Amino acid sequence: MSTRWTRKDLLGLRELSVDEINFILETTDAFKQVGTREIKKVPALRGKTLINFFVEPSTRTHTSFELAAHRLSADIINIAASSSSLTKGETLKDTARNLEALHADILVLRHSSAGAPQFLAQRLKSSVINAGDGAHEHPTQGLLDLYTIREKRGRIENLHVVIVGDILFSRVARSNIFALTKLGARVTLVGPSTLVPREFEKLGVAISHRIDTVLPEADVVNLLRIQHERQRKEYFPSTGEYTALFGLTKKRAKLLKPDCLIMHPGPINRGVEIDSDVADGLQSVILDQVTNGLAIRMAVLYLCGGIAT
Amino acid sequence: MLMNDTKHNTGPARTNATPPASVPVMDADAIRRALQRIAHEIVERNSELKAIVLAGIPSRGVEIARRIAEFVRAGEKMDVETGVIDVAMHRDDVGTRAELPVVRESKLPLPLEQRTVIIVDDVLFTGRTVRAAMDAISSFGRPARIQLAVLVDRGHRELPIRADYVGKNLPTATREQIQVRLANVDNEPDAVWLLKE
Repeated sequence: MSTRWTRKDLLGLRELSVDEINFILETTDAFKQVGTREIKKVPALRGKTLINFFVEPSTRTHTSFELAAHRLSADIINIAASSSSLTKGETLKDTARNLEALHADILVLRHSSAGAPQFLAQRLKSSVINAGDGAHEHPTQGLLDLYTIREKRGRIENLHVVIVGDILFSRVARSNIFALTKLGARVTLVGPSTLVPREFEKLGVAISHRIDTVLPEADVVNLLRIQHERQRKEYFPSTGEYTALFGLTKKRAKLLKPDCLIMHPGPINRGVEIDSDVADGLQSVILDQVTNGLAIRMAVLYLCGGIAT
Repeated sequence: MLMNDTKHNTGPARTNATPPASVPVMDADAIRRALQRIAHEIVERNSELKAIVLAGIPSRGVEIARRIAEFVRAGEKMDVETGVIDVAMHRDDVGTRAELPVVRESKLPLPLEQRTVIIVDDVLFTGRTVRAAMDAISSFGRPARIQLAVLVDRGHRELPIRADYVGKNLPTATREQIQVRLANVDNEPDAVWLLKE
């Protein structure tokens, strides 16, 4: 394993080496431990200023980054889309340059356009962390999924990970696919053909439109949210039909191996992609994902924000 | 090298042949005797051995703590607790390094109240690592007291810190480096080298 970290930005998992991904996961072990201390705060980023710049709404990721920054002793400014000058016609670059003029050291960016974080990373001295850009990548979510799998199953290699749902619009799916295949997992995507097109096979994954044949062989099932806000109706007839064909119902959950993990990036639509009882069941690690997300984000902020720029 | 703290220096890449500028200052026997003496001093100065935690700073401090614990066990026929205290997230030079080393998980027996935590490291130099270690320990709780044991004290303190147990005092010039090699950590025989510029 490499023993050094040199990147100022985290834009996606596609560009990271296996060593770099493992480096982040190993660093996360140390930061997860901080959450168990009497004083759950370390001075690692004391004196650094972090800007949480969310041009697209988010509660979970936003809060997770904010708490991570607090635990690292950074100063935080939160900017939401509705309150930013973007609504007054300022370009993204100008907004960002203004933020940098305030000597912000780290910019955490959630944006509806793919590539927005990269655009800024190339132009700013500050560290840029991608907190989700369009349907492109959501690297910290991908990392926390990997970390949770590694923690519960002891490894990633040779595990069969099944990702179910809206793959086409999902940045979470892309980050997961890039990282899981790099680390040697077998990935199968499941969903209606409108949301799981054949093009994804080029990324080295298998595709299936029949969930019942795939579930018995899965070591991990990662259910993606049906993103009502992004979807036009023609991708599938109704949520009722989606649940009937692809939802992880109580009955379907019986097809799973007893040690198969059930994951979901949240927020969950109970009764749509997953039954309530299954989401709260013994195989579900959904809340572990939330806990681990905090540790992953501490590690990423520490690594990218802690090097000289 | 950006940091002036020898603890985190990996030192110049050394091949099998030792470069002429490095001088051996301790061999395996000398290291063993020094750690054995430190173990005796710890027993002598701490009436309650059960309250002691030997907390090593990764990676060589952890190995040294393990060895001291073994000497205590051999002499007193009782176990002393050991722990790991990683200082990376408590350092005061964040943002000044072009690359970051991996952070290790800290492990201390809890609660720390009523305990004597003995920080163990290979080289004591500026004292900044020890300050960071004390800061890290206090985030776990409030030990009764904190002491410091080092294999080598090379001087040049930048903070008001001194060691309670010293394997060897070694006056150095700031430009020089002390390199500690331990069999279980470095896959090299136990030795301490003085590297001249």
